[in-house]
Amino acid sequence: MNAPVPAFSTDASAGTSVVRVTTAAPCARLSLRARGELGPLEAALGLDLPRRIGARAEVGETEVLCLGPDEWMLRGPEAVAPTIRAACDEVYKTHPMSLVDVSGREVTFVIEGTSAAELLTLGCPRDIDRLAVGEGRRTVFDGATVVLWRDATDRFRMDVWHSFAPHVFDLLATGCRELAAEAA
Amino acid sequence: MLLIHCPYCDETLPEAEFTYAGQAHVVRAQDPSSQDDGQWEDFLFMRENARGPHYERWRHFHGCGRFFNAVRDTVSDKFLTTYKAGDARPDLSSLLEGQE
Ligand SMILES: [Zn+2]
Repeated sequence: MNAPVPAFSTDASAGTSVVRVTTAAPCARLSLRARGELGPLEAALGLDLPRRIGARAEVGETEVLCLGPDEWMLRGPEAVAPTIRAACDEVYKTHPMSLVDVSGREVTFVIEGTSAAELLTLGCPRDIDRLAVGEGRRTVFDGATVVLWRDATDRFRMDVWHSFAPHVFDLLATGCRELAAEAA
Repeated sequence: MLLIHCPYCDETLPEAEFTYAGQAHVVRAQDPSSQDDGQWEDFLFMRENARGPHYERWRHFHGCGRFFNAVRDTVSDKFLTTYKAGDARPDLSSLLEGQE
């Protein structure tokens, strides 16, 4: 791409009747890395950390996605971050781990509509149909690492780092138009 | 596209999620200061240039992020197996038998 990258608006949206892409409201995102005995950590957080990569768990408004053998992404309303941090600080005294607030690192695009899964095939080499509803995965979208959450057959969330967001969004917007043209 | 099995995710996934990371089982000396220049040269620079099955490292970069090991045939580009980092080097003859 030789064109100048336009300033990225935080409320960017695009779409047609078959698929729509919107930018989600800011939320708290915490990256957790921990190994060994996870029991005390789970007790402090008040949730079960899923052990299978791609599995999710939910407690109240806090969601957890297992991204790797010792890695989880926690997200929820902005108000939960201090609570999570305080809970982990307590466990940290006896069980070293890493908890990093990455709320400001990325944006989330909500992709929904009957052609949502098809739109993702534009940049994601994975078989989207094999990503079960209620699960999530870290994967790649046109060269950028993204985290995909599948909330329903026709609804996904995609977490994208800020620096990749304008490119990923533009590609999704182009895809929306292509799919609409096909449907017409 | 090449499909690669990640032993951590336990899924067979497109190559675009992975990066190659060089020869596997290159072990750093337990006592580095005992090594002479020739031994350091071997450790740092000398690599196999296999024509056929090659033990190599891969990383599930756009995924779980883990490094793991694989045996790949450099002629056919077929993966004979993948296994977790730290697991014992699988025996080649049994891998080749499994292919037939
Ligand atoms: Zn993996």
